[in-house]
Amino acid sequence: MASSCTQLCQQGRNLLCSKAVARTWQYNTQVRHCITRGSIKILNDFSINNGNHTTTQTRQRWKQQMFCYSDLATKHLATEALENKNVEETSTADVVAYKSPLLPIRDAVSVPNMPLDLDAAAEVSALELISEEEAVSITVPSDIPPASISLKDYVDKSETLSKLVELGVNLWILEQRPNVGSMLLKLDLNTDVSPKLLFLKDIGVDVSRFGHIITQNPFVLTESLENLHSRVNFLKSQKFSPETVASMVSRAPYILNFSVKRLDNRMGFYQQILKLSASNTRDILARRPKLLCGSLEPVKENLKVLEMELGFKKNEIQHIVITVPNVLTRDPRKLPQIFDFVHNTMKVPHDLIAKFPQVLNCRLMRIRERHQFLEYLGKAQYKPDLPNYISLERLVIMPNDIFCTELALAKSADFSLFLKTC
Amino acid sequence: MATPAIRMFRKIEGLFCVYKPAGVHWKQVRDSIETSLLKGLNATPSPPLPTEVRFLALPVSEAEAPKGLALSAASVPVLSKHPLGLNATPSQPLPTEVRFLALPVSEAEAPKGLTLSAVSVPVLSKHPLVIGPEFQNIKVGVGHRLDTSSSGVLVLAVGNGNKALNNLFNTRVTRDYTLEGEFGTATDDFSHTGRIVERSTYGHITKDKLERVLAMLQGANQKALLLYSNVDMRSQEAYEMAVQGLLGPDGKSLPILTGLRCIHFEPPNFTLEVQCINETQKYLRKVVHEIGLELRSTAVCRGVRRTRDGSFTLQDALTRHHWAASDVIQAIGKKRSSKKKSKTQTKDSPLQLSEESTTVNQMKPVREQQ
Repeated sequence: MASSCTQLCQQGRNLLCSKAVARTWQYNTQVRHCITRGSIKILNDFSINNGNHTTTQTRQRWKQQMFCYSDLATKHLATEALENKNVEETSTADVVAYKSPLLPIRDAVSVPNMPLDLDAAAEVSALELISEEEAVSITVPSDIPPASISLKDYVDKSETLSKLVELGVNLWILEQRPNVGSMLLKLDLNTDVSPKLLFLKDIGVDVSRFGHIITQNPFVLTESLENLHSRVNFLKSQKFSPETVASMVSRAPYILNFSVKRLDNRMGFYQQILKLSASNTRDILARRPKLLCGSLEPVKENLKVLEMELGFKKNEIQHIVITVPNVLTRDPRKLPQIFDFVHNTMKVPHDLIAKFPQVLNCRLMRIRERHQFLEYLGKAQYKPDLPNYISLERLVIMPNDIFCTELALAKSADFSLFLKTC
Repeated sequence: MATPAIRMFRKIEGLFCVYKPAGVHWKQVRDSIETSLLKGLNATPSPPLPTEVRFLALPVSEAEAPKGLALSAASVPVLSKHPLGLNATPSQPLPTEVRFLALPVSEAEAPKGLTLSAVSVPVLSKHPLVIGPEFQNIKVGVGHRLDTSSSGVLVLAVGNGNKALNNLFNTRVTRDYTLEGEFGTATDDFSHTGRIVERSTYGHITKDKLERVLAMLQGANQKALLLYSNVDMRSQEAYEMAVQGLLGPDGKSLPILTGLRCIHFEPPNFTLEVQCINETQKYLRKVVHEIGLELRSTAVCRGVRRTRDGSFTLQDALTRHHWAASDVIQAIGKKRSSKKKSKTQTKDSPLQLSEESTTVNQMKPVREQQ
């Protein structure tokens, strides 16, 4: 490192102008700043900004400014040497980059005190012709900000990000999550991203779902392929069909980030707490894969509410969960409200509610306004052994216009007029 | 140039009213309106991505001719077959769709034998997936509030309609309410859901007695209206204001009932229709309670329903199923056209209107002068 540093010192005097040094200084402080701040910290490729700022004009002026910056440059390089590994790499890369034939390395280390003969130096002047090759290799420095609150500054520059956008990944949502932005920027397209996408394609996920999956779970890109394979193989070994696995992954992408042991524990939990058969458990999880990666606390709470607060029997709870697994992930405060209305106002007994558990998965407002409308029309009859019986399922799952025409036998305009009276 | 979303937003700006169902807080109503409007706004087609010309270095030595073709075709950002293109296996024909060298090649990988070609590529940093939806929040203002357990017309304003909403708030407009009462019980919060404090008989109440109490209440409120109007009752000014029907409190005052009438009486249930200023829903429930006490019984309020707020009536109100952006646009358009119509009408016949108002309001000043 020390040798490369001195080498760089020499070249630095050749190439860097005070402006460039100042810029790099600023750059360093920004890098430090963004490290401490811990927001989206993006360490730029130094080779883009460094060195290339030297334009032909500055080459011409290097001698005049030599005195001003030489000690500054050494200081700067010393601090740079203390910087992290990333910077080290780039500074060595600089050394390599500067060994172009057009810019000969000057061996003579000029002491700042020594008087300089300005005319003696045979340097490249701004007016000198350069070859076409050289012209091509001079690139305009891109102005990527070293730190930013948004990924949009980097999308056009980063191949990974632009590919992700084309896949339909919602970067705007991802950048709001802590640390996800810098994680995405550090990814490499060929080694990190494309193997995961190919893996997803292999397990049968539809291509149009990729954007959704990565938007939901960007960490799938950082998982190792081995882990991903083992988790999918575990799911398949639990007798989930390949199509089911694909749909589960696309609907609950966090499944891929759960270790095999944890997945196994969770499947065991559902099977034990509900006392279900293996096939029923599989059926529930295939229909509601979020049960596998969501929190278990609301599930436990909902089961307690169903059993103790609402007074359902064990087998009724089983039937409810098998028919509508979503009941388990609802807000536990909503269930008693709905049950209270259905049981105490509509006078529907427990066994009918257990038979048509769709009621529990619906909004209270919807049940209430429909019940009131039917009551107003004199059609609210929920007893199965009497004529004009309306089942709870039909009451709840129909969309509004079909409810009006089929159940209430009224116009939907009348329904909305009725809603304005209550 | 305005994007489609901005053009749509201009249509949404204005005042409209919704029907707030009972049991929902007005903030919930406002927020769900806001989300549905945002949904409608952001569903409008986004403008095409701007393109910029870049000089891309193409290494000739590696036979990259197909990639060069790909670059020219890359201005289509909708690419469903990308994962195939990503690994760039030569067997796949799909990579041609991908914008492969969309980045300026960094100097590290700029070997000899490069050619530059000018290609126009879409600027991805302006992509809606990167910058987010065009509208991320809309200011939705709420007119006179309704508390959780009451229902009825709730005036909302979007965008520059908020200024008009301020004006509506500052002008003295009356509101119509329908109060449903029930004799026989008294509760601690005057509504039927509260804790019951007292029970009483109501067999002795007749419609006549109720109406007598209502008339007395209205008289007391009429007096309060004059008291709060801040003008000397013996002056010409007061007379002229009363003739135009402008007497009333300026800004804040106690709640004043300007009209009170029983529209349905079937003991123990009764329904009142109330016009009032500066009221709260709790005050109206208390009125029902006091009517019960005045009739030597007790009463609770089963429901407070606002049927009119200023010029917004029940007919204009949008029910819960019609809160989408398209319905709101329709409602606002209707409101605007009716406003224009009423303006032209007042221009045509200003005299006629003032005559009407004098005939209606003449009773008060005459009584006052006597």
